[in-house]
Amino acid sequence: MKALVGVKRVLDYAIKVRANPQKTAVDLAGLKMSMNPFDEIAVEEAIKMREAGKVKEVIALTIGDKNAAETLRGALALGADSGIHVLTDMRIDQDLQPLAVAKIFQKIMSTRSFDLVILGKQAIDDDCNQTGQILGSLLDVPSATFSSKIELSADGKSAEVTREVDFGLQKIRVSLPAVFTCDLRLNTPRFANVQNIIKAKKKPVETVNLADLGIDVAPRLKVEKVEMPSERAGGVIVGSVDELIQKLKNEAKVI
Amino acid sequence: MIQSSSRSVSLLINDQNLEEDQRLIQKTAYEFAEQELAPNAAEWDENKHFPLDVYKKAAELGFAGIYVSEKYGGCGLGRLEATLIFEGLSTGCVGSSAYISIHNMCAWMIDQFGNEEQKQRWLPEMCLFEKFSSYCLTEPDSGSDAQAMKTFAKEEGDYFVLNGSKAFISAAGASDYYLIMCKTGEKEVSCILVEKGTPGLSFGKNEFKMGWNVQPTRLVILEDCKVPKGNLIGSRGQGFKIALQGLDGGRLNIAACSLGGAARCLDTATDYIKGRKQFGRPLADNQHLQFKLAQMAIELEASRLMVRHAARLLTDKSPNYTMYCAMAKKLATDRCFDIVNDALQMHGGYGYLKEYPIERFLRDLRVHQILEGTNEIMMHIIQRTLLKDA
Repeated sequence: MKALVGVKRVLDYAIKVRANPQKTAVDLAGLKMSMNPFDEIAVEEAIKMREAGKVKEVIALTIGDKNAAETLRGALALGADSGIHVLTDMRIDQDLQPLAVAKIFQKIMSTRSFDLVILGKQAIDDDCNQTGQILGSLLDVPSATFSSKIELSADGKSAEVTREVDFGLQKIRVSLPAVFTCDLRLNTPRFANVQNIIKAKKKPVETVNLADLGIDVAPRLKVEKVEMPSERAGGVIVGSVDELIQKLKNEAKVI
Repeated sequence: MIQSSSRSVSLLINDQNLEEDQRLIQKTAYEFAEQELAPNAAEWDENKHFPLDVYKKAAELGFAGIYVSEKYGGCGLGRLEATLIFEGLSTGCVGSSAYISIHNMCAWMIDQFGNEEQKQRWLPEMCLFEKFSSYCLTEPDSGSDAQAMKTFAKEEGDYFVLNGSKAFISAAGASDYYLIMCKTGEKEVSCILVEKGTPGLSFGKNEFKMGWNVQPTRLVILEDCKVPKGNLIGSRGQGFKIALQGLDGGRLNIAACSLGGAARCLDTATDYIKGRKQFGRPLADNQHLQFKLAQMAIELEASRLMVRHAARLLTDKSPNYTMYCAMAKKLATDRCFDIVNDALQMHGGYGYLKEYPIERFLRDLRVHQILEGTNEIMMHIIQRTLLKDA
């Protein structure tokens, strides 16, 4: 079985996020970028499946500018067998949106066969939580989202998935092929060991220009403005309940 | 995911001008330090615990045989990668990082000078940290004057019989393999590997030390210790050369350990002085501390450059690499101790408390100016090279 894993290059989770001076986007200039943490979990799950003999090959896919190659190399260093880099200069944190991303995955998959797609549940930059679901729909296959446990059947035709949902844990069975999105507790990603980092240099990476895929990837949502939340103002001690009601009504405008 | 600070620039990790795979290796070392070493370092220091299980995890990542040939289970990397790894590990725990570096040095000595049978016998398990090793050169009466050692190996049939003692040996008692530099003639030094459990090999008490408490340090005692001739590494009389060549790299690794500790403390101090207020304003508003921080940063980066430069020279066997390794060791260990000391001062009273890791970094770094060749010996090596006639 072949597994396709999506890895996105995002602003490192520990960096304090700021809007750019033009207030059009998050400021990324010169800041540390890393693999989306949920995608690290996705890669780990795929590698574990290969180590258990359930999956034969793990292919990592990234979409982004030339810098995204580093994220792809990171996936190879963790143990993915090969990589596909869809090259584009579009802002992947804002302008390349889940519908477009899902279409790109679909297009890539149309000429190469895959039995599983494993994605992070969401990217920590746009927090959309949509790509996996849309992709499942486009491919007309089941999506098992928010997975906290994935057990592939012995015959490789289905999977039992535990999902983390609002009311607790839900267990479902999906037929393969399927799209899985990973939640935090699915696994603990391994460290990239030195031997795999060295091997990663020799693993094949296919580069494809987004423009050559012939897909409409235009954003459907237009970002009007990106700004920081307003600074926390000082508090005030009110003298009476009437004053409180007046302030809530006229200043905070919450009643 | 390495814990980055909320400041826009942090000198905790320097990945400038590194190849992609070097940066990935560095990232693994820093993450391992953050997740596996830092949370436990204080406890290990307090309880003098030698964390075998954590070393095994480090070995799974390839850290136990960094510059040992791939043929025997090593990674076949150069000295620069080694310094990046030890610097990274030291941001979490200096003592563990230092022990791993000593083990790497021993493994390299076997790889470089051992015969095929010895390499097959010892290296694969060493690269997995299934076997641990110690480097034994110093004696109670000979430190810097290493050639004055008295431990003697007398040839008797198919064996060497060793008598003597080695002092201040890191991981003695815990290690499986002891690389003993000993006299096999009046002026002839040889390197013989003695395995733990060999009759006649025993150990002194675990020394009560200022730092490096995560490693036991003991006297290694040899009393009519009979060792098969097949345990001679290299040829008779080659022992001193083996020991010193091992130390060239070992010195860089120790220097790298100093870098990691200093980088961690500089980072912590920078955050501290931004947050701590006295007289109604952050400590960081005081020009004295601003300039002090700048000076610490200069010295950290200069030390890093020196260490990485010497590492490249050593890997390439460039002319005078021994001198450069000595320079790097001297500069980095001295400057980094001062950086940590200054960082402690910046923390005020809190710096003195064991709840904060700074005092442990200070205690751990202090010995780097002494072992693997005192910094005075480093000066001796440098001047000797410069004043030598053509």
